[in-house]
Amino acid sequence: MKIIGLLLACVWMVAAAGETILIRDADVYPVSGKEMKGVSILIQDGKIAEIAAKIVPPKGARVVEAKGMRVYPGMIDSGTELGLSEIPAVRESVDTGELGEFMPQLKALVAVNPDSEHFGVVRVNGITSAMTFPSSGGGGGRFGGGERQLISGQAALIHTEGWTWEDMEIKRSAAMSVAFPSLARGGRGGAVPDSVVEILGQTGLGGSAATALRNYEEAIAKLSDFFENSRRYQKAKAAHLADFRTDLKFEAMLPVLDGKVPVAVTAARASTIHDAVQWAKKQNIKLVILQPREIGKAAADLKAENVPVIFGRVLALPETEDSAYDEAFTLPAEAYKAGIKFAFGTFTNEFVRNIPYQAATAVAFGLPYEEALKAVTINPAQIWGTGDQVGSVEKGKVADLMITDGDPLEIQTQVKHLYIKGKEVSLENRQTRLYQRYLNRN
Amino acid sequence: MKKLILTAIAVMAPLCAQTIVIQNATVMTVAKGTFKGSVVVKDGKIAEVGEKVMVPQGATVIDATNQYLIPGIIDCHSHIAGDGGINEGSVSVSSMVNIKDIINPEDIAVYRALAGGVTTANILHGSANAIGGQTIVLKMRWGKDAQSMIFEGAAPGIKFALGENPKRAGNPQGGRGATTTAARYPATRMGVEDTIRDAFNEAKIYKAEWDDYKSKVAAGQHPIPPRKDLKLEALKEVLEGTRYVHAHCYRADEILMLLRVADDYGFKIRTLQHVLEGYKVAKEIAAHGAGASTFSDWWSYKVEAFDAIPYNAAIMAKKGVVVSLNSDDAELMRHLNSEAGKAMKYGGMTETEALAMVTLNPAKQLGIDNRVGSIEVGKDADLVIYDKFPLSDYAKVQKVLIDGHKYFDRDEEVSGRPAKAAEKQKLLEKEKQAAPRQGAPAGRGGRG
Repeated sequence: MKIIGLLLACVWMVAAAGETILIRDADVYPVSGKEMKGVSILIQDGKIAEIAAKIVPPKGARVVEAKGMRVYPGMIDSGTELGLSEIPAVRESVDTGELGEFMPQLKALVAVNPDSEHFGVVRVNGITSAMTFPSSGGGGGRFGGGERQLISGQAALIHTEGWTWEDMEIKRSAAMSVAFPSLARGGRGGAVPDSVVEILGQTGLGGSAATALRNYEEAIAKLSDFFENSRRYQKAKAAHLADFRTDLKFEAMLPVLDGKVPVAVTAARASTIHDAVQWAKKQNIKLVILQPREIGKAAADLKAENVPVIFGRVLALPETEDSAYDEAFTLPAEAYKAGIKFAFGTFTNEFVRNIPYQAATAVAFGLPYEEALKAVTINPAQIWGTGDQVGSVEKGKVADLMITDGDPLEIQTQVKHLYIKGKEVSLENRQTRLYQRYLNRN
Repeated sequence: MKKLILTAIAVMAPLCAQTIVIQNATVMTVAKGTFKGSVVVKDGKIAEVGEKVMVPQGATVIDATNQYLIPGIIDCHSHIAGDGGINEGSVSVSSMVNIKDIINPEDIAVYRALAGGVTTANILHGSANAIGGQTIVLKMRWGKDAQSMIFEGAAPGIKFALGENPKRAGNPQGGRGATTTAARYPATRMGVEDTIRDAFNEAKIYKAEWDDYKSKVAAGQHPIPPRKDLKLEALKEVLEGTRYVHAHCYRADEILMLLRVADDYGFKIRTLQHVLEGYKVAKEIAAHGAGASTFSDWWSYKVEAFDAIPYNAAIMAKKGVVVSLNSDDAELMRHLNSEAGKAMKYGGMTETEALAMVTLNPAKQLGIDNRVGSIEVGKDADLVIYDKFPLSDYAKVQKVLIDGHKYFDRDEEVSGRPAKAAEKQKLLEKEKQAAPRQGAPAGRGGRG
């Protein structure tokens, strides 16, 4: 039995390398356009080579009969620590949260462990790529030196499969992770809602308000100074000054200043979002807001400046005791109605595989289904600057696909086949192996 | 401030006891299949279940066309409605303390649990020590006082904890010999076994003293009663089988250890909680007769959760263990219906088997299945209406009944929001006039 399994594994691996695959007679849900029933998809050289009603299989192509099954683009989680953190409780297994206040030169990509058990687990549910952050405000950040980082480094968009991190790379610098200061006090991301602050005034919140305000302004000034210095460096470099010396930190900031890499800022409250948007506008840089817990008055800012947001877990408790019980469930629908572009993130590796169900919850509470699907496929691809490569089933795109027996946002649905960069990827993982082993225990 | 807002949003008086007919629903009874039909509720109990029922005169009719009706969800592991700390971790054995004494009926988590279809929850002590405090089963009777929330007649329990959590206090920060915090025994899984064994050794002697005293009294003698020991009293009840053991555990070795200690002292483990490696020793769990209450798919957050698999529930069920899915978390508690759906996805449980894991099975584990857990004539009218197939995140809770009273209604909740917002605004204006006070953040659930 074991030997047969081994043989099969070998055959499968040989077959998978640089394969030409024809998925035949599937119902294709490209996300970028209308669904196509009973069509075929040709995968060649890692790309989607053709989508048509009938395709004659090229010589040597492997044909996958997919009648009655569905093809979707692989899903993207826009907020993870995949590859950087294995067991959040074990310091040695966590590589988020470096020391140092301004660390834009750090790259999450180079610390991604391709053999992390998490990758196999998330692939089972059709997650083919993910943003991995040097410090997402979630898991391992607390293992840093204690001092709050203002810039924690470059987040990477990666495939969830590959031999090396170079193999897995989609975009090594997809965002610069910046901890924008917040006036919030207490609780996660600030427990006192803006409406209450407005009514009670700063003084109504206690005597420390003045200190908090001063700290807040100081932190923003510090951040702005760093950006200003980066700009001076940019000018000095452009001027080819004789005494110019390369500085790794400032060098890392250049793509941000050029608007090529967005700054990703975690901002829960509308007031923080507003401040961050205005600050980014002043700095003339691109911005993405992570894990907002309210949209409300920030909607106008986000819309006006075309700033996308990445929602954290939809299945989350309300921020305050008297918030509506479904506050977090309805937030994506609110963003949609306000015309804000958004995607979903889970912000902890443990729940990455549940990102489709987070999206489903948003649908239950008012988000149109099509928008929920976009928010785990094409929207994140576009937000992270890779809309021409991944996120939809289109000719010429990277073949990140899944074949399912139903709607991928529905829990009952099973992913039957998964393709990353045109290669069929095994749906086995640590958990399925343990399952088989102990199911057969006598 | 906190109080004022709470009062403003909290009070939703349940309807008076009356006859209710829920019509045209897809009724998932859990015990007797699924069918399209009606359920009649009378005096807080399920009076009739059938495809066609007579509507009694004066009955309130709830039309549930295209909707689903399930028994109220039961969470076998929760820490909501606890006022302040739930971990008496200063000692390794804290069997003298009782969650019953700190019930806070105004915890907003109770209302949120209702909005997620939960009608009953097992409120447990924390997992900081090998033998923790006494536990209590509550119905989510939002708006009632603490006493009225207690599930009448449900056997009381006690929390045990194995593995990393009870070891933690034995391994203070800074390592052994650090002067900041004194280490508390035990520091290893060996010590956890010894702690439990030692406690039951004492309890057995204590029980013998009382048994001897009682037999002498019965024989007409007038002996001096033994000194009452509140710590050992609860363990004596465990030995007598009147108090259920709910044991927090992760790894297969510690699960087996506890079963063997229980075997040695002649008591039963009622439920193994979390029991993430239960699938490795499912045979032994089934043989002991312990129930297993686990997470659907949590894993990797600590070393002892690294072998956790989402197939755990399915394997244990296939090997004859009564399995429930729990939350241990005020948020997760709100969608145990979709957590049950995951038992279908991972391991191929049927619809009914999966739904039983959050209804009938936890009822069995808590010894209250004669009252709740399925839609059957004579059982409490604890019912939940969903707009869609409930084992999915597409489904929303529409209405929740406990004892035939409506405790949650989504339409009323949503339509009542403008009025509540206006009332809150008024209260805030009033607060503005008064002396400024500190705003307080809401409490949150942790995890095992």
